[in-house]
Amino acid sequence: MATMTVNGKDYEVDEEGYLLDLSQWSKEVGEELAKSESVDMTESHWEVIDFLREYYDEYQIAPAVRVLTKAIGKKLGKEKGNSKYLYELFPYGPAKQACKIAGLPKPTGCI
Amino acid sequence: MSDTKKFLYVNRKAPYGTIYALESLEVVLIGAAFEQDVQLLFMDDGVFQIAKGQDTKGIENKNFSPTYTALGDYEITKMYVSQESLDERGLTIDDLMPLTYEDEDDDWAEKSSIIVVNNAEIAALMEEQDVVLSF
Repeated sequence: MATMTVNGKDYEVDEEGYLLDLSQWSKEVGEELAKSESVDMTESHWEVIDFLREYYDEYQIAPAVRVLTKAIGKKLGKEKGNSKYLYELFPYGPAKQACKIAGLPKPTGCI
Repeated sequence: MSDTKKFLYVNRKAPYGTIYALESLEVVLIGAAFEQDVQLLFMDDGVFQIAKGQDTKGIENKNFSPTYTALGDYEITKMYVSQESLDERGLTIDDLMPLTYEDEDDDWAEKSSIIVVNNAEIAALMEEQDVVLSF
């Protein structure tokens, strides 16, 4: 089993680097996951990460991109609820990269 | 998308104890992600999949029932439930989770996705599908 180390503590991750136990997630773990994706985290990034974690908490799934953009638009404002904005933050796919940083499993139907 | 097909996912088993319900839900989400016309039918013990107040702590399984309430966001707006199956188990629609969607053509009004159907209606429903998947 692959692991990643943050502040001297080991965390189990799958072969693509997704955290196995989402209850172990912390902001520091998020930072480290972001580094592995070469994403420089800003307030705008964390806003999406927090949103994803809340969504998962409520529905027990990571949303598909289409659902994510719609829900972000509703919650954080129309100017953010489009794939251009989300791809600027997470260039290799908002669902895939942001979910990884948020410590969530890869979204179902994500290819 | 031009080649949209009508899919009906038939859920007939209790939510836990076998993997069928969870697997069905995964395939439902994939179908919806590919923008197919996805509908669900709950019958036999499958009606328990959308029962209210599920608590899986005692069996150490993930309670995935909240995911059904997200399906409206995936534009899944038709969740059929067998009247006969509810009756046989002493259940009514009030024992089910409220499953809703927002109707784009009606100023985003929140509407129920649950449609209770009898056996004759189920037969007709299956007849009009391109694909029927039974779990």
